[in-house]
Amino acid sequence: MKPANMENTAAPLLEVKDLDVGFDTPEGKVHAVNCLNFSLKAGDALAIVGESGSGKTQTVMAIMGLLSENGEARGEARFKGQDLMKMSTAQLNTHRGKEIAMIFQDPMTSLNPYLRIDKQMIEVVMHHQGLNKSEARAHAVEMLRAVRIPDPERRIRQYPHEFSGGMRQRVMVAMGLLCEPDLLIADEPTTALDVTVQAQISHLMSALRENSNTAIILITHDLGVVAGLCDRVLVMYAGEAVECGSVEQIYYEPKHPYTQGLLASVPRLDQPEETGLNSIPGNPPNLLALPKGCKFRDRCPKAHDACKEKPPMQLDEQRHAWRCFLGGAA
Amino acid sequence: MKDRVLRVQDLAVHYKVREGGLLKPRVQELKAVDGVSFDLGAGETLGIVGESGCGKSTLARALLALLKPSRGRVLWLGEDLAKLSDEDLRKKRQDLQIVFQDPLAALDPRMTVRDIIAEPLWTFFPKIARVQVDERVRGVMKMVGLLPNQVNRYPHEFSGGQCQRIGIARALVLNPKLVICDEPVSALDVSIQAQIINLLKSLQKKLNLSLVFIAHDLSVVRHISDRVMVMYLGRAMEISSRNNLYKKPLHPYTSALIKAVPVPDPRIARAVTDTGLTGDMPSPLNPPAGCVFHSRCPYSVKRCQLEVPALRRLENEDWVACHRAEELDLTIKPR
Repeated sequence: MKPANMENTAAPLLEVKDLDVGFDTPEGKVHAVNCLNFSLKAGDALAIVGESGSGKTQTVMAIMGLLSENGEARGEARFKGQDLMKMSTAQLNTHRGKEIAMIFQDPMTSLNPYLRIDKQMIEVVMHHQGLNKSEARAHAVEMLRAVRIPDPERRIRQYPHEFSGGMRQRVMVAMGLLCEPDLLIADEPTTALDVTVQAQISHLMSALRENSNTAIILITHDLGVVAGLCDRVLVMYAGEAVECGSVEQIYYEPKHPYTQGLLASVPRLDQPEETGLNSIPGNPPNLLALPKGCKFRDRCPKAHDACKEKPPMQLDEQRHAWRCFLGGAA
Repeated sequence: MKDRVLRVQDLAVHYKVREGGLLKPRVQELKAVDGVSFDLGAGETLGIVGESGCGKSTLARALLALLKPSRGRVLWLGEDLAKLSDEDLRKKRQDLQIVFQDPLAALDPRMTVRDIIAEPLWTFFPKIARVQVDERVRGVMKMVGLLPNQVNRYPHEFSGGQCQRIGIARALVLNPKLVICDEPVSALDVSIQAQIINLLKSLQKKLNLSLVFIAHDLSVVRHISDRVMVMYLGRAMEISSRNNLYKKPLHPYTSALIKAVPVPDPRIARAVTDTGLTGDMPSPLNPPAGCVFHSRCPYSVKRCQLEVPALRRLENEDWVACHRAEELDLTIKPR
């Protein structure tokens, strides 16, 4: 693993600017993502953390051009300098799957149950890399071996239901990496899995990142998974970025009360039982009727009068940013 | 054990599984739960932990007599549930309630919160007065942290955490003695998980409930359990008091599960490279001979492949099913 303090000075691989995502629903306009900015360089691993409804999945769906029909995205998402948001589907298809790959949460619903694994994998390679069938198959087998699926020559002839949950997710990781993408987007890749398998998949993703310099965006609600895998963290709440910084900054000096609450509510086995279990009171706000000012105000233990106005994004010299009136240099 | 309410003896639930062959399917036996025994006291919480496919949900259903045991007994206050007549069993069910994993799926979307919570009351007391029902419904809603003025709303108007509170209110409306929680927080966000666990903990104290709390993750059950049972492929690997289990587990599988829990601390998390557990869980249709865990156990010896280890009492109230429990020191090092 690359030391955390080593600054990556290359040009950004992906740069997202002022991203807005909205959905028209019968009940009114839902603002899923508001004015989001972040960037990522080759080999970086960024975690986007937030609760359900915080807009983390819709952010990457917008970047990938996968929003549902009633969705609308505005802003810029520059991948290697080109704006993905302005591309036609045909143009997007030259990048998706090849340079940008995505792993979805539920491996059973994203694999076709009627097709053998080889058919699903070979298709991708033949399309993007122009290999012939036997070359493509050999490459697919190699990838399955890389994610440590035992006996890949035989397993590749099987159907998705013949694999266990952890194996299926490993197949998904292998498929995501088939074309050696520059950017891998993983949407809750381990949430549906058991802890022991979760640990295996996390280790696998770290190893792949080290070996192939693939940049990773990891979307999750679980701060536990992030700590070992990522070097930067973006915390989202109700469609907004509330805090962004290195893993050390987020875990050791969280500035936003939401981040602090989220960290405190992770059940930890490395601390004495007497520490108890903290929670954040209340529920996430309704995206149809977002409160004015700070959106976390109703659940925040440190809320005060000023929070009725929208808090500014504060930024310190170490590139640690947070959206709150508190936490600045006194 | 004082005030024992539930006694489970050598409980087994086997399913018949048909496989292949359109005309002559091969019938195999899937041993979802195979010889589990434990006791539960009044006001006590037993955590049950294991990975998917270990039989924990089947066990929960067998405890409530929703499934017939293939072997063994479930004794509720000394009575074998399987031997009761349908009518007697129905009456007993007042005492035994369950909270399900997916809070939204467990609630009828076309019923109001009032009707959902009141349904058990109407079922058990058809002649009860409407005023009494309303009073009771509002009472439990307050108890679980819902606003009583929300009684006329429908489930989709609530968030996941609130839906789980409705599910808990429905389980508590009959004043049960035992509540089985089948992964009640695994579908919830982390910040909400803690709310629900703390709620269950305080309700248990207030009402002197016995709880069986099922989870796939050891970190979740730690804060609520008095004792924890770890299951693997239908068998109990270890039953230990909370304090011992997390400090000095007796079974290698427990130790692996503890090590697999992610730590939200970058310096520690980066140093962790291995859980000591290799491979995947074998198919429950074809479990390994001898100790079911031997194929993945780093401490496995010849004897483990031949002989099934019995669940035996090691010290005090701690039970383990491992041949090598005495010689292994699995103390968890502070990180």
